[in-house]
Amino acid sequence: MSVGQTTEEFRAELREWLEANCPKEMRDGGMSEDAICWGGRNWKFTSSAQEQWLNRCAEMGYTVPTWPKEYGGAGLTRDQEKVFKQEMGRIGARSPLESFGIWMLGPALLHFGTHEQKLEYLPPIARGEVRWCQGYSEPGAGSDLANVQTKGEDKGDHWLVNGQKIWTSYADKADQIFALVRTDREAPKHKGISFLLIEMEDEGVETRPIKMISGISPFCETFFTDVKVPKHRIVGEENRGWDVAKYLLTHEREMISGGGAGLSGGGRALGAVLNETLDTMGDTLRADAMRCEIDALAIGLTLERYKDQAEAGQGAGDASAMLKYVGTELNKRRHELMMTAGGSDALEWDGPVGNRAGDWLRTKANSIEGGTSEVMLSIISRRVLGLPA
Amino acid sequence: MSKLVLTEEETMLADMARGFLDGAAPVSKLRQMRDAGQKADTALWKQMAEMGWAGVLVPEDAGGSDMGHAAANVIAQEMGKTLAVSPYISTAVMAATALRQVSDTRAKEALARIASGEVTYALALDEGVKHDPDATQMEARSDGNGFRLNGNKTFVVDGGSADRLLVLARTREGLTLFDIPADRSGISRNASNMIDDRDAARIDFDDVEATGEDVLGQVDHAMDVLRPALQAGQAALAAEMTGLAAGAFDMTVGYLKERKQFGIEIGRFQALQHRAAHLWSEAEVTASAILNAGRVLDENPEDATLAVSLAKARATATATLAVQEGVQMHGGIGMTDAYDMGFYMKRARVATEWLGDYSYHAERVAQLRGF
Repeated sequence: MSVGQTTEEFRAELREWLEANCPKEMRDGGMSEDAICWGGRNWKFTSSAQEQWLNRCAEMGYTVPTWPKEYGGAGLTRDQEKVFKQEMGRIGARSPLESFGIWMLGPALLHFGTHEQKLEYLPPIARGEVRWCQGYSEPGAGSDLANVQTKGEDKGDHWLVNGQKIWTSYADKADQIFALVRTDREAPKHKGISFLLIEMEDEGVETRPIKMISGISPFCETFFTDVKVPKHRIVGEENRGWDVAKYLLTHEREMISGGGAGLSGGGRALGAVLNETLDTMGDTLRADAMRCEIDALAIGLTLERYKDQAEAGQGAGDASAMLKYVGTELNKRRHELMMTAGGSDALEWDGPVGNRAGDWLRTKANSIEGGTSEVMLSIISRRVLGLPA
Repeated sequence: MSKLVLTEEETMLADMARGFLDGAAPVSKLRQMRDAGQKADTALWKQMAEMGWAGVLVPEDAGGSDMGHAAANVIAQEMGKTLAVSPYISTAVMAATALRQVSDTRAKEALARIASGEVTYALALDEGVKHDPDATQMEARSDGNGFRLNGNKTFVVDGGSADRLLVLARTREGLTLFDIPADRSGISRNASNMIDDRDAARIDFDDVEATGEDVLGQVDHAMDVLRPALQAGQAALAAEMTGLAAGAFDMTVGYLKERKQFGIEIGRFQALQHRAAHLWSEAEVTASAILNAGRVLDENPEDATLAVSLAKARATATATLAVQEGVQMHGGIGMTDAYDMGFYMKRARVATEWLGDYSYHAERVAQLRGF
């Protein structure tokens, strides 16, 4: 991307680049869990095409197209990013890399991190070299997240961290964890939390996968016993970690909501998906699916509108709770319909319609993780509508 | 396509419209008109014409303000908030869009008369209980150089007061749209006593004469001029319904903050908070579809069916939810005639049926999305 290039020039150049660089195997629009490249120190590429695709994209900054170039991105504007998504979608290109570093920590670091922190942590995320996980929830801090009790004692040059996290997604595969730790036990609960970056390999960090109803274990329990965390591994100010946590949750909510609108799937119509499984849709299924499709299109436009607003300087703020709420509830509906269309074929683990049942069960967590639908509705009613608490 | 954010001009237009309508056409005005048995407000329409609203889609060289569909929707949305009564959608949006598809002197003169507020239109399309222009039975039989129109139209919105009618009728090879004066011999108009207290009529055509000059567009090709008009009208109506939903919602949230039961404001109850938050979320999603429909009509009108039907379907669902929750959360008072919520509910029901209901538009979306 060069200065003064028009969007259409960029499109032409990008098209050419994709044609030359996106391996054929990476053009299947892969959306399933095993098509995802997560990266990280222990990552085993599923094919040489996957590795090639990641490296070629990373070289161009295309794993994080909107991040600044100096931190491993391509520095694309929002219009260029739209073109990027369109062109990737056009050839059914897989996303070269997905990670919590890209979705969550990256945006938080770009906003709150020091220049040194950005240089240290962002490029490895962009290149898929370091895989992060999120240490937020605890057994006693779910919807009431600010109630985290994992404690960090000030020991001069480090914090001594003790406690337990739960629902730490892919913690067993991650290299590092960003965690909310209580560093002031006297302060009101929102004001005594710090946002720390912890090495998973450090002594005293232990992790255990939790088997879910979908048969897989994307979530873990993570335990900290006398873990020493150097003082510089903090994002934002001491005891102001809640600000970072909230900012990051906003990104998480927008990200989760995007899944439901089917935008990440290149906007594939539900009708087409259902038609693949069924010769004829019954009237009731068709009616339900039509309603779902209408809502999906409108929610997709809403994500678009909120991005346009953000670009115009009007951040979504508390309204991101709405995006998360409508997006995840929609995704659950979509998967219910896919199960109905699949009939008995969909009832087998890895049966004739693939892992449809597992995907369906997985969506049930969408309206729980990152803040439940009920928490989202409470945020809207209090902070957007101004209803009394 | 332009961004899905209101431009500075559109925001100013909305503010100005709101200011004007709060003063000139609040809900109490509708109540007064209802009580007086009055269906149309010609003085208000003149004022709207002076502000450029009647000519919102009329080219400047015909005296219009030519603000485009997104702006037309902004105005409609504000009208929805206060339930303002006017022939705006029939005349300024639909008739003007139909006339704009034709580039002759007569059409240009007709557009000028719309922009000045001198002439109002109604579209005589439906014959059955559901909107379905393709099912038109009314006959326009060739008779010498002209036609004879015979048949019955129903739910002709603004049909009781309009000066002219756009009439859809079947000709030898297809459908044809006629632009004729509403008082032409053989036309009888019977006012319908509508639940929303607005003007709608059943209109019978008994051997009504029409000439070739009365044909708008080409004989047998009504849809070339009517389709863009319908899409513009459907989008504007969807915008009106979004405004209506916002008006009802504002009243409801206000009530939740004031009304006390069990010693506290009922807005403290989570059961009601979550329903209010759900409703707001639905309205936010619908707002995007409305904004998008305006942008697509302005920038890519050939390809507007999906955007418009999406907008009307969503607006219908949201407005329905908003008025149902509005009445329920107000409790008994919401059921009384003395309270305004009922006006919102009744208008939402009429607007739902006009120009295609949820199923009608959902079906169009479905067909375009591979069902």
